[in-house]
Amino acid sequence: MIADRAVRVQGLRKEYGSFAALKGIDLEIAHGEVFALLGPNGAGKTTFVEILEGYRRRTGGAATVLGNDPGESRRDWRARIGIVLQASTVFDLLTVNEVVAHFAGFYPAPLDVGDVIGLVGLDEKRTVRCDKLSGGQKRRVDLALGLIGDPDLIFLDEPTTGLDPEGRHQLWDVVRAFTALGKTVVLTTHYIEEAEVLADRVGVIIAGELAAVGTPRELGGRKTALATVRFEAPGALAAAPPPAVPGEWARRDGTVSIATAAPTETVRLLTEWARTRGFDELPAITITRPSLEDIYLEMVESAGAVTEGRADQ
Amino acid sequence: MTTAAPHARPAATSFPTLFALSRSRTAIEIKLFFRNTDQVFFTFLLPVLFLVLFSAIFSGDIDAGPGRRIDFPTYFLPGIVASGAMSTTFVNLATSIAVEQREGLLKRLAGTPLPREAFFIGRLMMAVVVTVAQTAIMLVIGVFVYDVGTPPTPERWAFFVALLALSAAVGAVLGIAYTRLIRDARSASAIVQPPFLVLQFISGVFFRWNDLPPWLQAIATLFPLRWIAEGFRYAFLPDWFGKFEYGDSWGWQLPLVILAAWLALAFALAMRFFRWDIQPDR
Repeated sequence: MIADRAVRVQGLRKEYGSFAALKGIDLEIAHGEVFALLGPNGAGKTTFVEILEGYRRRTGGAATVLGNDPGESRRDWRARIGIVLQASTVFDLLTVNEVVAHFAGFYPAPLDVGDVIGLVGLDEKRTVRCDKLSGGQKRRVDLALGLIGDPDLIFLDEPTTGLDPEGRHQLWDVVRAFTALGKTVVLTTHYIEEAEVLADRVGVIIAGELAAVGTPRELGGRKTALATVRFEAPGALAAAPPPAVPGEWARRDGTVSIATAAPTETVRLLTEWARTRGFDELPAITITRPSLEDIYLEMVESAGAVTEGRADQ
Repeated sequence: MTTAAPHARPAATSFPTLFALSRSRTAIEIKLFFRNTDQVFFTFLLPVLFLVLFSAIFSGDIDAGPGRRIDFPTYFLPGIVASGAMSTTFVNLATSIAVEQREGLLKRLAGTPLPREAFFIGRLMMAVVVTVAQTAIMLVIGVFVYDVGTPPTPERWAFFVALLALSAAVGAVLGIAYTRLIRDARSASAIVQPPFLVLQFISGVFFRWNDLPPWLQAIATLFPLRWIAEGFRYAFLPDWFGKFEYGDSWGWQLPLVILAAWLALAFALAMRFFRWDIQPDR
């Protein structure tokens, strides 16, 4: 198998009885890339990731992770991947140091136990038993166990769920330090911001299909999506119709909004027009583009509508 | 929090040996066992409690003719050693592994390069160590409090040690295989305890083997506890008693052969049915 890609998936399918959880997924992830998977609950994210992790078997298609079929779950392959599962593992009776050192012993060339504990920010909890840790601290133990084998690729399944904002930012720093070494990250998350901040590319899984793949800036046509120019239109502005500026306009509750592909030109014409009416400033003017979250929610909603339509037939 | 990169991978990369991994697993399992104080307390106290209670309740000697008498604690101790070994291995492992499956520990281990054999061996060794400790406590109490004799000859001692190890292994591996029947860790005790309790009643642990109706004896003979109990009696009790109580099966051969067969069967079942990751397939 050619290992020029960290992950290579072709026509990947998973059926549970008559239910198709994954309906033919094609995806390539480059070495050193941070790839984030988004998708509503039950869309197939975890099924997909757990097939790549070697926990579940695919029912169709091909998959290689670091050049190996994850279904074979070879030991030398296991040593090269790190996994942070969605649910924290319970090691109530062991200290942080004991757990991490124990797992380090499974690998041929683990990282230094103290270094990794420091890296995830648990230096002061080293000798504390895991049942005395907070939820966020347990999550850091999970991360430490994912990193300790010095993997080339790490799977992070909702790694920051349960962390406070500070902890989330710290974890992002750890991920960045990890990728700075040229390593690959496959991340699933419910936090759109997390995908936007960390990921080189984002994939959206909806109803078992990869609905879109792209950089956070261009996903789902975000880069070319229409911008919206909004301003309040009191008095003299309200009385007159907007001039012939590019884009579609709408007026609602005294606010004018114009969807336009050329926001700069729109604003220029609007400003000239407003001056003739005695306004040097357009009140409360904003220019916005859809956020990644807007794009994502729109995808999920329109996919939902399609699914319902099918069910009706 | 530091974001400095951990130091680089050393050049030589070879996996730790199975021996080293098994030793590491065994050490951590023993550590975990002794940190769980409730578990330690009941594992070591319960058989002692049974010995004290049953010796108080059934105080009569067993009389098989002139010069052939043994008192109840002497009769009861081997049975309670047998039952304790099964409890420490079978019951403890089946319930604790079910909980670990539920909590995702096994899934976590399955995601590492740790070979499954090392996990099994670690579990097994822990069970053996705890069983040996528990049996030692029983023996000390039996000898010093109830004046029970120890195995009479070096050969019987050797058999006793071999049987103890074999029983612990059978119980441990059966317990690992048995987790397949536990669908939910919350109901683990309800699935594990009843069959064990029934077997204790019909295998000559709490009641004398001779007092059981033949059909119950026939059922018990299908399961390992009856053979473990008989084996320990062979190690401790005089031959005239064994012939009187057990007839032709009395001896060291049959219990060892049957338990070895059970060990092989349990191992095959565990390898075939054990689930690392309980997860309803959707």
